[in-house]
Amino acid sequence: MLDTSQRSAPKLSDKAGGLRSTRSLLTLAGVLLLAAVPLIAPSMQLLINLALAKGLAVLGVTILLRAGQVSFGHALFFGVSAYVGAFLMASMPQADLILVLIAGVAGAAISGLLVGLFVVRYRGIFFGMLNLAFSMIFWSILEKFYHITGGADGIRLARPTVLGMALERPEFEAVLFYLSLVLMVGLGWFTLRWFASPVGQIFQTIKTNETRLEYLGLSPKRVLLSGYLLSAALCGVGGSLMAMTQGVVTPEYVWWVRSAEMVFIAVLGGAGSVRGAFIGALIYEIVRVYASAFAGDIWQLLLGSFLLIIILFAPGGIMGIADSVMNRRSKSQPTNLGEDAQ
Amino acid sequence: MNLTIFLLALFDGISYAALVFIVALGLTLIFGVMRILNIAHGSLYAIGAYATVSLTGFFLALGFSPIFAFPLMIISAVLVGMLLGGPIEWLLLRRIYDKPEVLQLLVTFAVFMILEDAQRLVWGTQPYFQASALQALGNITLFGVTYTVYQLILLPLVAIGLLFGLRFFLRRTVIGKLILATTEDREAAQSIGIDADRVFLFTFIVGAVLAGLGGALASPTTSILPGMGADMIVLSFAVVATAGLGQIEGAAVAALLIGLGRSFAVYVWPEVAVLVPYLIMVLVLLIRPQGLFGSPVARKI
Amino acid sequence: MTSATQGTRRSGPPLLETRDLVIKFGGVTAANNVSMQIEAGRNLAIIGPNGAGKTTFLNICTGWLKPQQGKVFLEGEDITTLPPRKIVQRGVARAFQIPQLFTEHTALENLLISAAARDGMRNPLQSLHRIRQRDEMMHLLDLVNCADVADRTVVELSEGQRKLIDIAVALALKPRLLLMDEPTSGVASSQKHEVMEILVGALAEAGVTSVFVEHDMGIVARHADEVAVWNAGNVQLRGTPDEILEHPDVIRDVIGEEVA
Repeated sequence: MLDTSQRSAPKLSDKAGGLRSTRSLLTLAGVLLLAAVPLIAPSMQLLINLALAKGLAVLGVTILLRAGQVSFGHALFFGVSAYVGAFLMASMPQADLILVLIAGVAGAAISGLLVGLFVVRYRGIFFGMLNLAFSMIFWSILEKFYHITGGADGIRLARPTVLGMALERPEFEAVLFYLSLVLMVGLGWFTLRWFASPVGQIFQTIKTNETRLEYLGLSPKRVLLSGYLLSAALCGVGGSLMAMTQGVVTPEYVWWVRSAEMVFIAVLGGAGSVRGAFIGALIYEIVRVYASAFAGDIWQLLLGSFLLIIILFAPGGIMGIADSVMNRRSKSQPTNLGEDAQ
Repeated sequence: MNLTIFLLALFDGISYAALVFIVALGLTLIFGVMRILNIAHGSLYAIGAYATVSLTGFFLALGFSPIFAFPLMIISAVLVGMLLGGPIEWLLLRRIYDKPEVLQLLVTFAVFMILEDAQRLVWGTQPYFQASALQALGNITLFGVTYTVYQLILLPLVAIGLLFGLRFFLRRTVIGKLILATTEDREAAQSIGIDADRVFLFTFIVGAVLAGLGGALASPTTSILPGMGADMIVLSFAVVATAGLGQIEGAAVAALLIGLGRSFAVYVWPEVAVLVPYLIMVLVLLIRPQGLFGSPVARKI
Repeated sequence: MTSATQGTRRSGPPLLETRDLVIKFGGVTAANNVSMQIEAGRNLAIIGPNGAGKTTFLNICTGWLKPQQGKVFLEGEDITTLPPRKIVQRGVARAFQIPQLFTEHTALENLLISAAARDGMRNPLQSLHRIRQRDEMMHLLDLVNCADVADRTVVELSEGQRKLIDIAVALALKPRLLLMDEPTSGVASSQKHEVMEILVGALAEAGVTSVFVEHDMGIVARHADEVAVWNAGNVQLRGTPDEILEHPDVIRDVIGEEVA
């Protein structure tokens, strides 16, 4: 969609190789820093955990951006997963965290399949708006059938057991935090590999030429559906983690504002960038917490304005800016150093 | 279901369809000409309603007759079109006509987010209610069912008037023909001297006025709340998608279908009433992906 | 794909056959009762004035357009109602007048994706650049003289290079039948014959039957085994290049237009 071309393929020049190793080092440092948060800044732990959960959902939106599509309703899968977890906990109070997570993701994937079968017939405007419509339908159901869903108050989740052990709150939160971190690294890595793989590359051709795709003997709808399922599942992982972290699910989980937030963060981080999804989510959550004191009333106004600025002036988002800074730095370094090394 | 309830549902559906149609008309006109789906259309609708309520309240407090509410609706709608629609096209959309569709969608979505908060800043979160226009026209009794003249007669008349007025305007007037020519082929239109920029600006303002007018006309019939813009953009998109994007006459049929479907559901199965418009849309699109009146676009290779 | 028998087998149904194809766009009849048989193992050139329905014929044969009347058979199987991808899966590949490539991918990646599509690759953890077909695809790029631009993205390439890569993408599918729409348009005129030479050689080596729309009569004369002349939505004449290019009607209707 925006500027994703420079990330579409690893270039095999030395300079790019150097950049890639710099980037890997920075990523490693970032993950280690996050892992240290419960020790060095315990007051930030909950906030970061929520950001990681959101980041996983944003990753789902990011995947679709790679195919040139934007969904204004992906909070649907975030919410479906969260509510599946809530219902599961309500009927099985001793359910395990892993079970809650798996059930939630399965719920998200199944709803992703049902909605996906319908929306992959469309692109662009229709794709974006039909996703929005489906999320509004689910939101209405949550609000109207309050005798089942708890209506606007939502449902409280009991704390699930962890591998059969009932944990106290601090231990549970620590488990959840490191689980989120592991999922971020694991699923982030998986998504990067998937993007580079034949299936992922074929998925990204939706953005440029569906005619050729059809003439390669492939169904563009099915290709889009495969990525759509992955994106729904990732939103499901995020929603499940968010629900367990907050201990309550409400219709706000699927409200269009939540979907808008995901799209915003994806574009902020750098449309199509895996690392950008998480960096964007972290920055977003931290700024939001500190800005809510004085900008709570105009939060969406700020987001909208910022979104306009990014689209019009920095379409590469944060990762785009970082890339260009790193490129400039590596250009300004004496290049003969690298040549000598050969 | 007895006759009274049937008639009530029918009247509800017609008046509701008329309002939704007016908003959808603006949305589909802008799309038809500019190929842009303006998500902020819902906000323009909400602001039209808020502006009408505020202006009406202000003038009634000065001692003006309630009948003044009607010109104030038109003034509100025009203000929305000129003060919001104009700058949105001129400052933002003009920069992105050659960009990918997804980017255009994101831009109008960003405007939507901005306007949703802006209206909360101006009008707060308390509901407003201002029904003097509704009361000024009184009631009418048909087959034993009493209904307001405003909803049963005025709203449908305005909707029909706008439908035929717009048709006439596009097909019979010079400006209308310029718009249609630009719609057909922007570059060809420019090459024969049509100022496409001005055509787009004009079209967008007209579309925005229709959104504002929809809100203004809706204001006496409902309480004005934050979030009504979000509901309306999805609803009017449902109408426009059911009809086929850019189909003006089709939007009228789709609005009736969705309006009646929803109002009958209110009496039969109230919990699902809000879902009915979407269910109708999904059902129609499952069978005809291009909408009821849209024609499938053939890609040229 | 299995080429050895194709040239000799005469008893079975033709590789591709159309019967009484009719398609109209508004008032224009783009296909007017087209009945064609395409035998395996030859290179058939389609010539004719603009608007005669040559591209429409390719569109119908590959399922992009559905004829209002008539049928298309691939080795006796009715493929009229199949979507393009199903026809491609049966061994019919296509190169386009305007190249249909993945513009944000490199030349090599376009071919690698084609190979991946052909072989149904599903491993999400293997890099596209490391698939085992890489050498084969590099060879194919080399064949169409584009090895030096393998790592350039499509938008950076010249029109001629894009045309050749478009053909290479189709060849990468290892088709039985390749339909090409003006394969050498966009290629510098000094290189057209060389390119066609290589192409025809590659087709013969792989046992691919080809049908190509062509405006350049020099190319047709030298590289086609057979020529079909299109006019007003139907085949007017068919024969060897020598017969056709000296036919007075053709000189008047087709070659005359090319000169003008």
